[in-house]
Amino acid sequence: MFVPCGDSVPDLAGFTFLMPAVSVGNVGQLAIDLIISTLNMCKIGYFYTDCLVPMVGNNPYATAEENSTELSINAEVYSLPSKKLVALQLRSIFIKYKSKPFCEKLLSWVKSSNCAKVIVLSSSHSYHRNDLQLRSTPFRYLLTPFLQKTVQNKIKSLNWEEMEKSPCIPEIDDSEFCIRIPGGGITKTLYDEGCSKEIPMVVLLKFVSEGDNIPDALGLVEYLNEWLQIIKPCCDDPTASALQWKMPSSWRLLFGSGLPPALF
Amino acid sequence: MAATFFGEVVKAPCRAGTEDQEEEEDERRETAEDREVRRQLARKREVQLFRRQTKTSLEVSLLEKYPCSKFIIAIGNNAVAFLSSFVMNSGVWEEVGCAKLWNEWCRTTDTVHLSPTDAFCVFYHLKSNPSVFGSCPRKNMQVTVLTCRHVTDYKTAESTSSLHSPFLKALKTENFKEPPCCSLLEQPNIVHDLPAAVLSYCQVWKIPAILYLCYTDVTKLDLITVGAFKPVLSSRSLKGLVKNIPQSTEILKKLMTTNEIQSNIYT
Repeated sequence: MFVPCGDSVPDLAGFTFLMPAVSVGNVGQLAIDLIISTLNMCKIGYFYTDCLVPMVGNNPYATAEENSTELSINAEVYSLPSKKLVALQLRSIFIKYKSKPFCEKLLSWVKSSNCAKVIVLSSSHSYHRNDLQLRSTPFRYLLTPFLQKTVQNKIKSLNWEEMEKSPCIPEIDDSEFCIRIPGGGITKTLYDEGCSKEIPMVVLLKFVSEGDNIPDALGLVEYLNEWLQIIKPCCDDPTASALQWKMPSSWRLLFGSGLPPALF
Repeated sequence: MAATFFGEVVKAPCRAGTEDQEEEEDERRETAEDREVRRQLARKREVQLFRRQTKTSLEVSLLEKYPCSKFIIAIGNNAVAFLSSFVMNSGVWEEVGCAKLWNEWCRTTDTVHLSPTDAFCVFYHLKSNPSVFGSCPRKNMQVTVLTCRHVTDYKTAESTSSLHSPFLKALKTENFKEPPCCSLLEQPNIVHDLPAAVLSYCQVWKIPAILYLCYTDVTKLDLITVGAFKPVLSSRSLKGLVKNIPQSTEILKKLMTTNEIQSNIYT
């Protein structure tokens, strides 16, 4: 359930709701971290749930000593009213069999808050790509039927690749085709819930492998930015535009502590 | 997928958790019988509160029956030893309840008669001091959590071999206004499990709470690790509760010896 930080429940009517799926390479979560950190979004509440493994730590977006001591938990909601953006960040994995109840509760809340649309940032195993997918861009999108026509048209004008259907049972030759997102975590569940609950939803994902997924996260936010224009691109040079995204202070030591000098 | 040195292709584990598609397929293939088994397992795994003396379960939540202003939780053998020797040996503490739980990791299938070596939690209330488990409502409650972690869990730019363990770190909720007895846990370090669940609850519901986390390189009961919690004795939560520190140190030494005898691998 959503619990606001302050005394009153913020009005999210007409806002765009951004959220990650906990997926391969944690790309969606890294992308949301970049968005919250770059836009300096404010924490407005918690999504208190028993569906995620509990976890706490100090402010992952701290920029100075003063703001480094605010406690953060596993599911928090941030907003930027000037751009009508609200972002949910998930910081731990789902407890077995709890992912579907979570998606149902979350989307119920989003729907009752009258958000304009939901954008899910996710990823999928790159080794599952077929030959055609190997030769094309690694980014894909999916839309629920209830997305506003203006948004659908805008996305179509960007010439993006829609996520292809693949055989439901790959081992059987004449199997039916359906949307499969291996390694996507709750992405498929969210998409299915979105369709059945008539929620305007866009899924943006990238085919990735586990490793240093920071470049993948940067790629995904750039992909999102092509459409939403969250930050104005400064020029056409892709390396320069990547530098506009601010990495949060919590991204230090992603691969563990320093090495003992005696090792060398 | 990844190829090993010998050339076979194996499925690499995913950092993002279990493969949800498998879970979905499991759910689709589930029969009514499977669902019933799952429901029964879920019921078996529920935490139960009861009174050991009367063997009856508590009908209301513990904090409703015994509202308190200071709630202190120790998790793990070293934290529990610290609390037992330094805090609970000053004053008279009465056992007011006990929580038992069972999950698939327990070596026993019996959920009714758990032995003291199984997962266990006992609640005590200070008989002489009404401010601890006294008559104050939950709004004025302050929570203190004590626990330990292995020093290799601590992330730092220097190597962990250069750290002087054991050392204490703290994490506090927004409503906890007192200065902590040690430095705060720096990013990107995080805490999981029960201490995180308690702190999350307190942060969301605006209860002042503090977690004192001792990073140590010894996982079993150890004098030096327990000693690392001593700065916490000067905190407002524990100050009034500790009377005789030299006596507490003696009690702690006795606890250590008893424990050492029990851990003889030949018995």
